Amino acid sequence: MPYNEPNPAEVRVLSKRFGIPNSQSIDVYLANEGYQAYERAAKMTPDEIVNVVKASGLRGRGGAGFPTGMKWSFLARNSPKPKYIIVNADESEPGTCKDRLLVEFDPHQLIEGIMIAGLAATSNQGYIYIRGEYRYLIDIMNKAIAEAYDRGYLGDNVRGTGWKFHLATHTGAGAYECGEESALLESFEGKRGIPRIRPPFPAVAGAYQSPTILNNVETYAAVPSIFRMGGEEWAKLGSPKNGGTRMFCLSGHVNRPGVYELPMGFPLMRMIEEVGGGIRGGKKLKAVIPGGSSCPVLKAEECNINMDFDSLAAAKSMLGSGGVVVMDETTDIVAVALRIMRFYAHESCGWCIPCREGTTWLRKILLRIYEGHGVASDVDLVGELSKNMLGRTFCPLGDAAAMPTIAFVEKFRHEFEAYIQKQVPAAQPDPLLQLASV
Amino acid sequence: MTFSPELEAKIERMFSQYPPDRRRSAVIPMLMYAQDEIGSVTRELVEEVARRTGITPLAVDEVVTYYSMLHRMPLGKSHVQICTNISCMLNGGTELWEQATRRLGIGHKEVSADGKISLEEVECMGACSWAPAIQVNYDFYHQVTPQKLDEMLTQLGAAR
Ligand SMILES: Cc1cc2nc3c(=O)[nH]c(=O)nc-3n(C[C@H](O)[C@H](O)[C@H](O)COP(=O)(O)O)c2cc1C
Ligand code: FES
Repeated sequence: MPYNEPNPAEVRVLSKRFGIPNSQSIDVYLANEGYQAYERAAKMTPDEIVNVVKASGLRGRGGAGFPTGMKWSFLARNSPKPKYIIVNADESEPGTCKDRLLVEFDPHQLIEGIMIAGLAATSNQGYIYIRGEYRYLIDIMNKAIAEAYDRGYLGDNVRGTGWKFHLATHTGAGAYECGEESALLESFEGKRGIPRIRPPFPAVAGAYQSPTILNNVETYAAVPSIFRMGGEEWAKLGSPKNGGTRMFCLSGHVNRPGVYELPMGFPLMRMIEEVGGGIRGGKKLKAVIPGGSSCPVLKAEECNINMDFDSLAAAKSMLGSGGVVVMDETTDIVAVALRIMRFYAHESCGWCIPCREGTTWLRKILLRIYEGHGVASDVDLVGELSKNMLGRTFCPLGDAAAMPTIAFVEKFRHEFEAYIQKQVPAAQPDPLLQLASV
Repeated sequence: MTFSPELEAKIERMFSQYPPDRRRSAVIPMLMYAQDEIGSVTRELVEEVARRTGITPLAVDEVVTYYSMLHRMPLGKSHVQICTNISCMLNGGTELWEQATRRLGIGHKEVSADGKISLEEVECMGACSWAPAIQVNYDFYHQVTPQKLDEMLTQLGAAR
């Protein structure tokens, strides 16, 4: 069973099979509209497939929200090299726990989405890169893949059509940076997960320097429903230019945390009150991180907002990976900012100096403030250091660390100043409790 | 160096899944699965992986030192990983971490004297909506309370 009760406000398209007994099995999948989308797509040309995805308005669910149909259209299909489909199941943006459910409860939906991407790319090989901590998902996925081979949905002659398509899982080994597409490809090739300089983008030179489509798990998982419903119909589920539904991971100080599938553009306050059951203990809302730890925080008064890519961009934040972290009035923003920076400093791969040094120094300064040794100029220093990291790295990990920090300092400056004026009792460090990196 | 027949079969299948001239892709999976069997990434394992994938032991070492799940020292029989990242922190993850260090008298990436338990403070493990979360080896535990953690540690053989 999924880990939280469904909510009546949900529109369950990707998660519609969650909760059906044995939903992982190919028989249950086939009995519930499974592989019909593939049959439809198999009759189309690659361009027609790409056009359906374009019409759906689907935008990447891994964080950046790039239009998926457009990404697929960039693939260098005429290249003589093999084409690859890579699935990003590295899910490690703090606050995000949705891909896990999509694999755990409906692995065949993911396989079907990958197959359709394979048809669009005229590819013969896909790989699912799964974070190492998700070992049990690798087992589930391998079992589903074996079933799909047995029934002829994968193999040298898919469903007798003559199309060859193979699929395999690939384990990561613990590294947030390996969720970044180019670092993922390095890691996949058996190297340290450091980013590649772009261009060329994966569509031209991805896995093994060959044309590659690389998307998030949820992005691929959305594809079968798009082909069952039709692109335009699927688009209408969401708000304009933000097609479909999305898996929102509600966490933090709410009564009913959980992963809920809601239409794009769903109002954030309704998500907190109606879906999440309101703030725990009747407390007041203080702030929300709307899309995973890299997204700038929204203050309570900014939370009357529709949850889609464009509305959040207009509010100078991001929808990111769908991790909605709700914080009540008792939350210590300095502690939150420090914990998030500890994460980025730990996960920076060290390749680019602004990111490696920037996250390290920010962590040290924030720790100094938190421990009660901050000086008055530290608040501005945190903001300035962060701004100096923006756009100066090969991959966006540096930005991901800087953007939320800038927002914390701008929107909750008084809390940092209160620590510096020692109005808050300094925390006592305990040598046993320190991360090795602190 | 030989592995169990199951692991040998797994490795053989792995190599068949990558293009023949891309054996290096198997480096990380092979290290992960072999580490599970042997207990840590030993010198011997590094050399074996290098031999089988056709790269130098140094190139394998470069990989080993990058990834947080690959470790050269053996962990405890039960490796208790406590998430203190944002969603877990808001739900008592930090307190669970403190509780575990106090009870076991060990810190981050340390092993109890009897080798039964090791501890690690970890980053987000994809259980944020069911926080606070703990992983023991590869098993997830959700919405862990202080009492539940105490019982878990007792069951894993922690001294009182
Ligand atoms: C530091 C960093 C970590 C990332 N981690 C993930 C991740 O865990 N999963 C994911 O799908 N995308 C992640 N991304 C985004 C990927 O680089 C890429 O944009 C995405 O997988 C593309 O798929 P999409 O278009 O379907 O979103 C990360 C990006 C950065 C900069
Ligand atoms: S923050 Fe602890 S599992 Fe995500």
